[in-house]
Amino acid sequence: MTFCKSLLLLFLSLVTPLTNAAQRIERWQTASGARVLFVESHALPIVDVQVDFAAGTAYEDQAQAGVASLTRELVELGVAGMEETQVASRMADVGAQLSGEVDRDRASLTLRTLSMADKRSVAFELLRAILSTPQFPAAVFEREKARSVAALKEALTRPETLAKRAFWSAMYGAHPYGRQATVASLAALERAQVLAFHAAHYTAPRATLAIVGDLSRAQAEAVAEELTAALPASPGMSTIAVPALPAASEQWIAHPAEQAHLLLGLPALKRGDPDFFPLLVGNYTLGGGGFVSRLMKAVRDRRGLAYSVHSDFQPLAQLGPFEIGLQTKKEQALDALGLTREVLARFLAQGPSEEELRAAKQNLIGSFPLRLDSNREILRSVAVIGFYELPLDYLERYPENIEKVTLADIKAAFARRVRREHLVTVIVAGDRGSRP
Amino acid sequence: MRPTRLIPLLLALSLAVPALAETFEQQLANGLRVIVKEDRRAPTVVHMVWYRAGSMDETNGRTGVAHVLEHMMFKGTPNAGPGEFNRRVAAAGGRDNAFTSRDYTAYFQQVPAHELAEMMRLEADRMRHLTLDPEEFAQELRVVMEERRLRTEDQPQSLLFEQLTATAFQAHPYRVPIIGWMNDLENLAPADARSWYDNWYAPNNATVVVVGDVDHQAVFKLAAEHYGSLQARQLPVRKPQDEPPQLGIRRLAVKAPADLPLVMMAYKVPVIRNIEQDVDPYALEILAAVLAGHDAARLSTSLVRRQQLAVEAEADYDATARGPGIFYLHGSPSAGRTVSELEAGLRAEIAAVQENAVSADELVRAKAQLIAGQIYKLDSMFAQAMEIGQLEAVGIPHTQQERLLEKLQEVTAEQIQAVARKYFSDQGLTVGELDPQPLPSAARSPASAP
Repeated sequence: MTFCKSLLLLFLSLVTPLTNAAQRIERWQTASGARVLFVESHALPIVDVQVDFAAGTAYEDQAQAGVASLTRELVELGVAGMEETQVASRMADVGAQLSGEVDRDRASLTLRTLSMADKRSVAFELLRAILSTPQFPAAVFEREKARSVAALKEALTRPETLAKRAFWSAMYGAHPYGRQATVASLAALERAQVLAFHAAHYTAPRATLAIVGDLSRAQAEAVAEELTAALPASPGMSTIAVPALPAASEQWIAHPAEQAHLLLGLPALKRGDPDFFPLLVGNYTLGGGGFVSRLMKAVRDRRGLAYSVHSDFQPLAQLGPFEIGLQTKKEQALDALGLTREVLARFLAQGPSEEELRAAKQNLIGSFPLRLDSNREILRSVAVIGFYELPLDYLERYPENIEKVTLADIKAAFARRVRREHLVTVIVAGDRGSRP
Repeated sequence: MRPTRLIPLLLALSLAVPALAETFEQQLANGLRVIVKEDRRAPTVVHMVWYRAGSMDETNGRTGVAHVLEHMMFKGTPNAGPGEFNRRVAAAGGRDNAFTSRDYTAYFQQVPAHELAEMMRLEADRMRHLTLDPEEFAQELRVVMEERRLRTEDQPQSLLFEQLTATAFQAHPYRVPIIGWMNDLENLAPADARSWYDNWYAPNNATVVVVGDVDHQAVFKLAAEHYGSLQARQLPVRKPQDEPPQLGIRRLAVKAPADLPLVMMAYKVPVIRNIEQDVDPYALEILAAVLAGHDAARLSTSLVRRQQLAVEAEADYDATARGPGIFYLHGSPSAGRTVSELEAGLRAEIAAVQENAVSADELVRAKAQLIAGQIYKLDSMFAQAMEIGQLEAVGIPHTQQERLLEKLQEVTAEQIQAVARKYFSDQGLTVGELDPQPLPSAARSPASAP
């Protein structure tokens, strides 16, 4: 008891400001070829680890859409020598938390554990087993498939799901980013396809580890080696095709909901793109800056048309979306759509004002410390830097890269990336009644 | 699982955590309480103002007014016009927002630490000088109705929860939704917001919570400077409106467009009123953790994995509240199974605890989650400020946080069995069922515009 107490006091005395994280990212490769990024921080007795594989939905075969998410769910549900409940129980015994997600590019496993040796060793051993010896038991596969089908069927009754799916299909068509699981594709999945997907994508060269917290560099190296030692050395990375830009379109989907869901956008930006900073700064004024953006003022404050409206860029390995989204009473759908287009058109034509540019920079630079004020936030940033191979000084140089952006940069970047001839629009549950 | 090694560690941590978490408190002459927690890990600060007034303090015909006023707090004072509050927070490199619950209304800003004084200036200004312009009010009411459509009308699970709550409570104001009934919103007047504001927005009904890279003495000085000149006011009398005992099971159904059925069971249970003498609320907390506190907990292991009766099964309970408590069990049945079967399955899980108690392993595991969760919370200044504010808002001194953890650690398997037997009977049970309605076929065939 006294030992632990003094251990915690020791943590207190070693406090180093988290904002130094920007300068303290270390990078190396494991013997197996996985990339590792590490930020040492002893302020709290916590270690966070995120393992990202290039195993997102973009890597599925069209006929097997849904296999990426199902694979990610199944990896932790049974390992060599332990069935799923034992794995979860052991994890719970030491207070560790395992979570994760799948997006277009990535399949992630995120582990948070206490850093005391007897706790973290158990948690890391479980994660190692999950990474190296998942069993994909047939009965668990069938059950999880059925649960996925049930969840998808439910989601397909929701206006926001229908809008998102139609939006991505309209933007990407047959490109891998347009791929989406259907009830039929999920129901047709076989266990062998999950095994094959796992073997082809959960490999060392496709893996990135981000480690943040209460470990020394030597300990972090040992952990990274332990976690990745059994990962296969191949296949290596594969690339996702460059998406073609869609022709402008407008799609209305009927639904009984009281509110219409509106989405406008197009494929616009990839990670590491030089237009990133001009688009980020410009979008703050358009619809990224929360309560103070032009869209929020026009749609919510002046007209009371929506509870929220946003615009954002979602950069991916290949061109990810620019998206404007809002919900409004269905009778107001046309009105809100017209107003949104008007705000966008004016912004594209004129860009922000000097004053708006100043306010955007002031907030984006001023709020930079908030982006790095916890281990969790740092982990999120570092995982992106690692997976997308952004420069190690990305965080360090973030404020100066914001500061450098000019009005001309913003106008030029938006003119290149947000072109109306490629803008797709989806409206679910909107009332078109008064349309001429 | 070796409890002999784990237990001392758990105890040690529960004692040691407060060493990382010392707080400082001062009350101004006008009754405003200021609570400060220094956390120097990053040069940022969270500033929150908590008003002890939530939807449970509303009256008939004016439901939703607490939340509407929260929106109006961003609509200007003579010193800072509509939208100016948000603009200044953004200019300070900050984020801000607010939230309304049954028990309280709270406002927060996360900013670089040197901007704290500016945040206090802004919050103190709107604590007393809100304009409540009728045109802004009318406009904002439309926004709130959109929010209700978004969060409730088009969300089958929210509709079920709203109806279940309105059925479980008949006298106590917990029966009304926080966002208000739509018809009350449609008829809400600026005068309703004005009297709400005048009634409750006073320094003697507020607590300021500051967590971050600050010195507590400097914060007290700033608080006195900015909030000190506001006058204390007589607060309205709060009537208890106690819920009369429930005399038998209540059932309801909600039909809404959906695919997955849902059953929600609400048992009336106590919450913490006396930190030292209470036993049952702590036992109920640990019961909820044993049932659904982690991936290996009973409901998912038994109902989802082993029996495959449910695609989801959860338990929820909060031991801290100003009003009465509810212990929820809820879930969705697997394809081919019914909500009645799932309800029976959930009841069987409670019966198992009533008959055989929970194992020592499960107890230790549930407690391990609580302790780890407490340490993980230290990674977020926001979460730490939330915890302080929430406890204070329901009348539990935040300094008792450590004591609450100790009381949870002391819970025994016998006590859990006792609460399972005492409260989980049909007498105090309300069961709600979501009856999914298919979408009209038109909703499935998208049409393209010319």
